[in-house]
Amino acid sequence: MKGNVIKYARDNIDTDVIIPGTYLKIHDYAELATHAMEGLDPDFHSKVKEGDFILSGKNFGCGSSREHAPIALSHSGIKAVLALSFARIFYRNAVDGAFLLPIEIEQDAYDGISEGDEISIDVSVNEIKNITKNQTYKMKPFSEIIGKIIAAGGLFKYKPDQD
Amino acid sequence: MNITEKILARGAGKSSVSPDDVVFAKVDKVMMHDVSGPGVIKVFDKLQKQGISVDKLWDPTKVWVAEDHFVPSAEKVSAENIVKLSKFTKQYGIEKHFKYGMGQYGICHTISHEEAMVMPGDIYVGGDSHTNTTGALGAFACGLGHTDIAYVLLNGQIWFKVPETYYFKLNGKLPEHVMAKDLILKIIGEIGTDGGAYQTMQFGGSGIDEMSVESRLTMCNMTTEAGAKNGIVEPDQKVVDYLTQRGATNMNLVKGDDNAEYSKTFEFESSEMEPTVAKPFSPENICVVREAPSVELDKCYIGSCTGAKYEDLEAAARILKGRKVKIRTEILPAAISIYQRAMENGLLKIFLDAGATVGPPTCGACCGAHMGVLAKDEICISTTNRNFPGRMGHVESQTYLASPLVAAASAVTGKITDPRDL
Repeated sequence: MKGNVIKYARDNIDTDVIIPGTYLKIHDYAELATHAMEGLDPDFHSKVKEGDFILSGKNFGCGSSREHAPIALSHSGIKAVLALSFARIFYRNAVDGAFLLPIEIEQDAYDGISEGDEISIDVSVNEIKNITKNQTYKMKPFSEIIGKIIAAGGLFKYKPDQD
Repeated sequence: MNITEKILARGAGKSSVSPDDVVFAKVDKVMMHDVSGPGVIKVFDKLQKQGISVDKLWDPTKVWVAEDHFVPSAEKVSAENIVKLSKFTKQYGIEKHFKYGMGQYGICHTISHEEAMVMPGDIYVGGDSHTNTTGALGAFACGLGHTDIAYVLLNGQIWFKVPETYYFKLNGKLPEHVMAKDLILKIIGEIGTDGGAYQTMQFGGSGIDEMSVESRLTMCNMTTEAGAKNGIVEPDQKVVDYLTQRGATNMNLVKGDDNAEYSKTFEFESSEMEPTVAKPFSPENICVVREAPSVELDKCYIGSCTGAKYEDLEAAARILKGRKVKIRTEILPAAISIYQRAMENGLLKIFLDAGATVGPPTCGACCGAHMGVLAKDEICISTTNRNFPGRMGHVESQTYLASPLVAAASAVTGKITDPRDL
């Protein structure tokens, strides 16, 4: 996976800003995407490109369980969110619904990667390359179950009995 | 094992489980509402297109449905969601559908206890983050998204990583002017909004023994705001009585072993708590009410699963009796059963005499959906659970989270007010 980074250098980006409550009645994925990040960054929809990544701090996706949040980001073109940590429901929604990859990073990647940098992510070796700055960082490996669900393509395609 | 581990071990069909084990656990009850329900229906549509059978549910008797976020319908999209939800429950034979305008209905988490939908020892999952609330009855109660709820509806089980448990020992009875809301805000202020992330927050000690079931529900409700997977209290006679009054029989009270392990223990002197608020824009941004900024409030909102149970309305009524509100005040009982008791016991008259408006049960403005959302720069004191930017309306509105006592006292003065200072 290769793409450019949109960076929100802050902690606790909650699902209320990722997709505000008034849009919870909407279940059209394309329409939800037009409101992604509206509570924090009204320009997000016009600047995001297919294949982009979001980079942020601790506890990304805290708050409501709305699956609208990973859906809105994914249908905006976001392939992965890189964060120092994730809130649990956002994390499992992203994985179980196969919407995007939640990548846990360390402080060096958080500090080293800037807005607009081009990076590539190789989950098979848990590595993030900053092509713009010619730097390499480690990502935290997925736990076993998460790795398997991602590899299967979401919870419904994962067969626990075959383990 | 502690209570959460015991419940998950039973659900997983194992003699024991430990933190970090991944289990597929059988679910006893599953809930969805008018936001997560249409999301689940969308997942069903996708599955059908992929050739995965969605002809029948694993067990429709274990499923229940609430209409709460956008009722009364805010506009045509939410009206259509309610119609869609009704078609779904009819098609799949789900009988426990609490419909707006047809007797008992209300906020899903409130229905979970008012209607005794969840029993001690149950594994209960809901398509809403505040599903944690119901752990106060001694169940494992955990919020999930649409895909996971769809998975449970079809398979009757779901994966969990067994959480570590943080044990909060609460010492002593809360002072008269302090409520569970003050205490849980204090705890979130101490540990932070990710202080319980992925873990169980279990409450115990004499502070819990002294607490009503409804106060325990407030505690568990806001474990979500610390990022917890579940909040839980070991069930006691108060829980049995509470559920029995609501028609439950045959309760299986699961409790932790004497040598149960907790990864961390915290102690709080509940008897020394002060009225507390969380300032914008995070539930962890707390201060005691007497040190709160002197802002001119525009509005008081007494509603939601967190702050509009019967006990919450009773607390607000104690303050508002014989007084007048100085700012717009909206009071929305969290379920029809609570609304009815409030009417029978004269609470609604107290509210109306004070000048407040009483609305129907709904999540409404708590999640910025409708029915009283905030304008730019409006400042609200609210008995709800979150105050992120834009949570209750405009992204530049502000919400202070407070107990019903503090909210009502502040409604009377127009400033954030300690109930002792009225």
